[in-house]
Amino acid sequence: MTTRMPDAGGHFDRFGGKYVPEALFAALDQLEREFRAAQADPEFAAELRGLQNDYAGRPSPLTEAARFSAHCGNATVLLKREDLNHTGSHKINNVLGQALLTRRMGKTRVIAETGAGQHGVATATAAALFGFDCTVYMGEVDTQRQALNVARMQLLGAKVVAVASGSRTLKDAMNEALRDWVASVDTTHYLIGTVGGPHPFPEMVREFQRIISTEARAQVLERYGRLPDAVLACVGGGSNAMGIFADFIPDASVKLYGFEAGGDGVETGRHAATITEGAEGVLHGMRTYVLQTEDGQTKESHSISAGLDYPGVGPEHSWLAATGRATYEPVTDTEAMDALKLLTQTEGIMPAIESAHALAGAMRVGKRIAEADPDARPLFIVSLSGRGDKDVDTAMNWFGVDGSADTTTGGVA
Amino acid sequence: MTFDESRLGNSGRAYAGAWAEGRAALVGYLPVGYPDVSTSVDAIVALTQGTDGVGCDVIEIGMPYSDPVMDGVAIQRAGTAALERGVRTRDVFTAVSAVAATGTPALVMTYWNLVDHYGVRAFARDFAAAGGAGLITPDLTPDEAEEWVAASDEYGLDRVFLVAPSSTDERITSTLAACRGWVYATSVMGVTGARTQTSDAAPKLVQRIRDIDCGLPIGVGLGVSNGDQAASVGSTADGVIVGSALVSTLLAAEAAGTPQDLTALRALVGDLAAGVRRADRA
Repeated sequence: MTTRMPDAGGHFDRFGGKYVPEALFAALDQLEREFRAAQADPEFAAELRGLQNDYAGRPSPLTEAARFSAHCGNATVLLKREDLNHTGSHKINNVLGQALLTRRMGKTRVIAETGAGQHGVATATAAALFGFDCTVYMGEVDTQRQALNVARMQLLGAKVVAVASGSRTLKDAMNEALRDWVASVDTTHYLIGTVGGPHPFPEMVREFQRIISTEARAQVLERYGRLPDAVLACVGGGSNAMGIFADFIPDASVKLYGFEAGGDGVETGRHAATITEGAEGVLHGMRTYVLQTEDGQTKESHSISAGLDYPGVGPEHSWLAATGRATYEPVTDTEAMDALKLLTQTEGIMPAIESAHALAGAMRVGKRIAEADPDARPLFIVSLSGRGDKDVDTAMNWFGVDGSADTTTGGVA
Repeated sequence: MTFDESRLGNSGRAYAGAWAEGRAALVGYLPVGYPDVSTSVDAIVALTQGTDGVGCDVIEIGMPYSDPVMDGVAIQRAGTAALERGVRTRDVFTAVSAVAATGTPALVMTYWNLVDHYGVRAFARDFAAAGGAGLITPDLTPDEAEEWVAASDEYGLDRVFLVAPSSTDERITSTLAACRGWVYATSVMGVTGARTQTSDAAPKLVQRIRDIDCGLPIGVGLGVSNGDQAASVGSTADGVIVGSALVSTLLAAEAAGTPQDLTALRALVGDLAAGVRRADRA
């Protein structure tokens, strides 16, 4: 991979680019200038490293999941523990980087879109730390299924706006954030949480998430003396996946797998499997695969996981899919919830439902390899992108757990 | 001031005609499909007529889109309703034909994915066959427009790109060079919607554009909702673009239980048309 991706205009071959109103070009240009300057600035790198280590708790561990691996054919599964970061997911990696850029640009307000609330919570956290005003846009449907995260953001001092237009999920939150930004761009940075949107966001967010694979690659080489056979992650917009893929992309022997939300099953039409089922198009400032009607209207996506419930995907993933460097497969709600329960009960780690899609993928790929080659002993790294605390309500409903005690003892009959 | 004839395309000539009368052109926007396709076509044609035959000089037909990031609530509401009621991309050609039959140039304002998905060249072909003048592309700038520039050249269509108060001089220069017909100046930083006061950014932006390139007419949009505002904007701009206020008359008609009543729409068009005719042009 000798060609630099993206090119100067933000293109990953035919994907990516800048499909935005002219009003935003000045801000995108300013952001790109500031990002390039920061990349070349040792002080920026040192300050970011300090925040990552002393505030967010990096490096995150690489945990061998022995009991879970028993359900993955002959594979050994290593979990990259982004769930242990401050705020409970990988989202803080990108947010800290962009918060430093916001301060460099002299802006005092940040806005963000959020699906599951992980990115919103991370943004509200950084806003509290840096003293920024913060508004988070969240689809009305998501504010209901992720009420705990709404409360967390409010306690952190952020304003949460429920977006009632369109499908009332992540894509509509992004529309509303873009509308806000067009009107407020002088004072406001739009802190996009995924490797999507117009250039330079896909590249910039990838670079702030790259630390996941930089650490994981060094950890696996040190402990196991070899590269993994596969790296696996869930993909909504795709930021944790780009983060854990990035440093492995030049390692041709390492297979890269992204698992999209298959919802009720792609055959039902109720899913968010953008790369699997979408067509090339333009959404939210980028050319990428999009779930769309025959007229090019964006379709509503469906997933039990609010964080994967998005009908687009970061343009670099579209490019990795089109070139065959990475493989993308859908994982249904049922498969993901089964994997969530399995990891919780075999390892004592409750993953976010988003991350559970990657775990289900690891089970599937591991079994597939065992069938094809019973002697193979593959080594997997799975991005455990977030923790499952926010999903307890959803899991209670799914599994029919009502939160009452199993039995009562003591007391007076 | 004289425009560069070779750059006026189909719709810039309407600006030049208004300018010859000593006034700004009136550009009216409505989306196809609201409150239904048939009524929307009647409403769009009514933009050319007002109450007493004096209406808009240029028509902008909106294509409803699932993710209209540049639009405020009025246009969002109408567009969402139109999509729920089944409007299709091809319906825009019906509206274009109806406007073209009046002799008023019809532009389509569309988010890019709808054209992209139809096929840029196929869209240009079918749109030109319907009598369309050109496209206004709020989320397509010349940076990503290579295919559209080729298709619009092939089919002789206008390309109206947008400039904003935040645009650099370099981008104003390159954007105007890529336009044919006229250029759309967004007078405020923000989404579409009627505002009680139009911004003083409008005359400043118009002057900046003219200082850089005076060969192309300048339409000013975002925020105009009545004849007085049209007179104010029309005193400096070459064209006054009105959208949300017109859409709001249709939303009000539906809310009143008379979705096909175009009386208020026609009256507003008349007020706006009178406004651009009484503008004090220095």
